[in-house]
Amino acid sequence: MEPVKLVFYFFALLTVVSAFFILYTKHVLHAAFSLLATFLGVAGLYILAGADYLAITQIVVYVGGVLVLIIFGIMLSKKIVGEGNEPTESRNIYTAGGLFIILVVIFLYLYKKSEIADAPWIVHAKQTGDIVKTSTINTIGENLMTNYILPFELAAVILLIALIGAAFIAGRVMRNTDKS
Amino acid sequence: MIGLEEYLLISALLFIIGLMIIITKRNSIFILIGIELILNAANLNFVAFSKYDPVYLQGQIFSLFIIVIAAAEAAVGLAIILKVYSYFRTANVDEINELKG
Repeated sequence: MEPVKLVFYFFALLTVVSAFFILYTKHVLHAAFSLLATFLGVAGLYILAGADYLAITQIVVYVGGVLVLIIFGIMLSKKIVGEGNEPTESRNIYTAGGLFIILVVIFLYLYKKSEIADAPWIVHAKQTGDIVKTSTINTIGENLMTNYILPFELAAVILLIALIGAAFIAGRVMRNTDKS
Repeated sequence: MIGLEEYLLISALLFIIGLMIIITKRNSIFILIGIELILNAANLNFVAFSKYDPVYLQGQIFSLFIIVIAAAEAAVGLAIILKVYSYFRTANVDEINELKG
């Protein structure tokens, strides 16, 4: 087996196993740490798909931002840590189990039927060897500043709005609950 | 070389696990984690397809924007969770049913 394949299966296993652990565990802090492993595994898969810049972004934004935010949320609500130990209603479990089986069957069926890898443009790219081989940072930078300049600026505006909105929502909590 | 199918299978599995977490867990932070998993699954698909598009890299740029939106969504979502927690004194979504008819 090629070493690249071995690394790929390692990251794939890391991603899927830690995601299953989140599903299994009852403790929310364990789930947050397991989410770290999932994000790292996905970042590794990105690198193997030729997306080096995106892998770094994944680590910086998800592990450095979203995960820290989630752990802060866990710590700021002290009852949450001990909570969630009670089992969910059994009908939810049955719904989830049934849905799991149905979705797996649907996805496997689609995977067999669709033959996505035989799409004309993918076959063409494979034949001409026209796949990502070098660093993608230059291409992404040029595209962001030319073709995608409007979404790029809108993303900045959305982040500002989310920042103000989050501070507004979370900040008002303290004052309103003082009187209760 | 790793084919497209492996990525699609992993991404489908990640999506299903995220959906299961959203359905079965009662804690609202678990639900946020499930949403993040689903967004990651979508990103993985985009990146896997983008490998065959080295000139424009449309998939990678799209998933870059998804990451931005996910970060904003997590910030706002956690603010709402904290507010709900301090109002109802619980993070259990089954107990927060004031809007139930």
